[in-house]
Amino acid sequence: MSRKTLVDAIVNGEPTEFLCEPRQSLLECLRDVLELTGSKEGCLTGDCGACTVMIDGRAVCSCLVFGPEVQGKRITTVEGLADATRLHALQQQFLEHASLQCGICTPGFLMSAKALLERNPNPTEPEIRYALAGNLCRCTGYDKIVRAVTDAAKTLREEGHDRAAARS
Amino acid sequence: MAAATNNGHFKVIGTRPIRHDGIDKVMGRAKYGADYAFPGMLHGKLLRSPHAHARIKSINLTKALALPGVKAIITGKDLPKAENKLEQSGEMTVNPYYLSMNILAHDKVLYDGHAIAAVAATNPHIAEEAVRLIEVEYEVLPPVMTVDAAMKPGAPILLHDLRNKEEGNKETNVAQHHQFKRGDIEAGFKSADFIIEREFNTAMVHQGYIEPHNAVGIYNTDGQATIYCSTQGAFDVRSLSAQVLGIAVGKIKVVPAEIGGGFGGKTTIYLEPLSVLLSKMTGAPVKLVMTRGEVLRATGPTSGSKIKVKMGATKDGTIVAAQVWMAYEAGAYPGSPVGAGAMCIIAPYTIENLQIDGYDVVVNRPKTAAYRAPGATNAAFASETIIDELADKCGMDPLDFRLKNGVKEGSAQVVGPPFKRIGFVETCEAIKNSEHYKSKLTGKNRGRGVATGFWFNAGMQSSATVNIHTDGTASVVTGSTDIGGSRAAMAMITAEVLGLPVTDVRPLVADTDSIGHTDVTGGSRVTFATGMAVYEAAQDAIKQLTERAAKVWEIKPDQIEFRDGAFHSKAGDKPPMAIKELAKRLARTGGPITGRASVNARGVGPGFAATLVDVEVDPDTAKVKLLRCTIAQDAGRAIHPSYVEGQMQGGTAQGLGWALNEEYFYDDKGTLRNTGLLDYRMPTCLDLPMIETIIVEVPNPGHPLGVRGVGEVSIVPPPAAVANAIFHAVGIRMMETPMSPPKLMKEMLKKRAAENAQSAAAD
Repeated sequence: MSRKTLVDAIVNGEPTEFLCEPRQSLLECLRDVLELTGSKEGCLTGDCGACTVMIDGRAVCSCLVFGPEVQGKRITTVEGLADATRLHALQQQFLEHASLQCGICTPGFLMSAKALLERNPNPTEPEIRYALAGNLCRCTGYDKIVRAVTDAAKTLREEGHDRAAARS
Repeated sequence: MAAATNNGHFKVIGTRPIRHDGIDKVMGRAKYGADYAFPGMLHGKLLRSPHAHARIKSINLTKALALPGVKAIITGKDLPKAENKLEQSGEMTVNPYYLSMNILAHDKVLYDGHAIAAVAATNPHIAEEAVRLIEVEYEVLPPVMTVDAAMKPGAPILLHDLRNKEEGNKETNVAQHHQFKRGDIEAGFKSADFIIEREFNTAMVHQGYIEPHNAVGIYNTDGQATIYCSTQGAFDVRSLSAQVLGIAVGKIKVVPAEIGGGFGGKTTIYLEPLSVLLSKMTGAPVKLVMTRGEVLRATGPTSGSKIKVKMGATKDGTIVAAQVWMAYEAGAYPGSPVGAGAMCIIAPYTIENLQIDGYDVVVNRPKTAAYRAPGATNAAFASETIIDELADKCGMDPLDFRLKNGVKEGSAQVVGPPFKRIGFVETCEAIKNSEHYKSKLTGKNRGRGVATGFWFNAGMQSSATVNIHTDGTASVVTGSTDIGGSRAAMAMITAEVLGLPVTDVRPLVADTDSIGHTDVTGGSRVTFATGMAVYEAAQDAIKQLTERAAKVWEIKPDQIEFRDGAFHSKAGDKPPMAIKELAKRLARTGGPITGRASVNARGVGPGFAATLVDVEVDPDTAKVKLLRCTIAQDAGRAIHPSYVEGQMQGGTAQGLGWALNEEYFYDDKGTLRNTGLLDYRMPTCLDLPMIETIIVEVPNPGHPLGVRGVGEVSIVPPPAAVANAIFHAVGIRMMETPMSPPKLMKEMLKKRAAENAQSAAAD
């Protein structure tokens, strides 16, 4: 047994302090310490992507990061995706396209897709497939997921245009 | 049975509303089994066997129990001896005696990963440390890894009390022999112009759900237990756990959590009784969650198999005889799906003369569990490849050949009465008429393959209640785990009958104390059987509401007609009264209304699928690239077409993984070498093309809405379709899954060597 460390991080926009053992993964800290159970454990080896979160804007498997490593970092989980009154375009498109069946992989896919669209607002189908290849889904065959990400990208681009137009 | 509501014209059925449980799932709020936590909860871990086959000589818990934070440890000795009998559970049979031994080994371990002991401690890391401190002395025995090795005379015996009818009192690894016969196969083969005979081997594969098994058990001192877990069948968890623990069914409540995939693999139990027993010993809630390695090593994969098929056809393309020998790996305990495989293998075809022998064989691998159309995919890989070859011999289009021999209404089944209205022909025609089939495939090393599949679908028991709320909205409660969007379908059926918008119906899945008995979510049965219960429960609510409307209007119920969400007096002398309006008057006219129905559903309508794939084989690496894929499937009636497509696409993806990549890889000691998702290689986003779907709707006459069920048959055709496509690409008949690069390369090199030898000889 090892002593716990105090970690300071920004989780879903909120400055957050939590205690964790050095051997606890970020995933375990999120789920068991902070009670953010939206990130899922599928493998603990970084192969399935169900635990994907964003750390400082990058999609990362939270099972491969130790809790103390996120000291001072900005973490976004699936719980931080929607705002108070509206779903994120990705969440909305996943619902419209029936992109989830059991839903266990969905949080990870949403986070990987968010990271993709932030660096590439207009991805091609192969680019989407490449960006999501670290996330396994066993229910859908990916078809409806790829379509949802394509349409969410379109919505976000249009919203971006709208915002730009409103500013000008 | 009545054909449909609103004279067959639907308002809700066939539309694509957003699923009711969707928001919680995209926001990370939905609670899956591993998300449950209770004050004072302990965490459990299991010790698992490193040997494939060994006798346990002793277990020493002293050091483990001495570790601070360890609260209890149980072994097989702590489980009562369960009854040795066969019981139906979901699509498979189960024997509680063996089930108990599978949950915790009693005196022998029978596969790498077989559970031996379970520890409860204050946190999962301490439990893990304690597991490493348990000392077990083994007498290692020779592992029996294949059906050939297990069926050989003098093979090491796994279960010394296993007997089969044919071998009398002899010790054996063959648990059961199934045989189906019709006509005269010798005469049949004599009349054939072409006979093809081949041997196929398929590798053991896993369902591969992303969520590992989990359970939280809470045992109270009054003897009442509650289990929270992700399962396909809460009622089955209850009855199986009761049998393994030796306590009454009524003492256990099972609360089904959201489930992260199952595909058949979560129709049985592993951790559930252990969580209860550890809770009983410690007085605290105990949570057990498997790692991925444990899921792969020790939960039900489906059988690897050896299948020999001989089939004969006359020049005009009529199949005249078929003979099949098939042996399926059951895993450590009896119960492979070979019986189902035997009944599926030639199910789409009318063949007058046939003999099918199927053997259920125990081997030192994990006990198999149901996997989407259990047994049928292995079988179709063999038969649909031969069918393709026979079509070639007869010079016929592969779909025309299938259509010529295909089953229709009235055709004989392998067992049971003749088929009722079925959609095999329509499904094949849908592929034949598809843009994909009509398109030309050009390019080197490219090929196109087609295959079909059959699955029975299942009925079984379901219960449903429909509650009318005071504002005229409704809730629909069932006991069927929603594994792929079935709550939306249940709400849609309710909304259709009640004439409400689908957003006015809240669907929910209840625990085992809150709804009548409901069998597993499996056998493609939820939309069919639970949908039938929901339909009848909604009709029951309408009947009761009609009586209330009659009270309000002071006329007889038979003078009232219900349509479009409102009650109308047949005489037309009163303004229509909407459910919302009547709902306000329920308190004063006799109290709340709950429509109820329970069914043991008859009238199951079998499902057929046909899959078309285009592949390109890399001549240097033998990697098979999937270029295009289309599936047609008979849904009977698609309640929510998006989720029907989802089942078709998901099953296809699993079938493609089975075809190309997935396999259990054991070394010669019987140790599983690919215990992670990097090495147990399921298809990723990059491996698959879009999966085009054609929903065929040949209504099932045995269901009020025509539903057949769509969950399973989509997995059946892909391995054979891929094998046929590979043949048309490179001229090699693959008779082994997975058709992975090393296996295909070997055949390609053999073929090249033979061709070189031939051209050298010609020179």
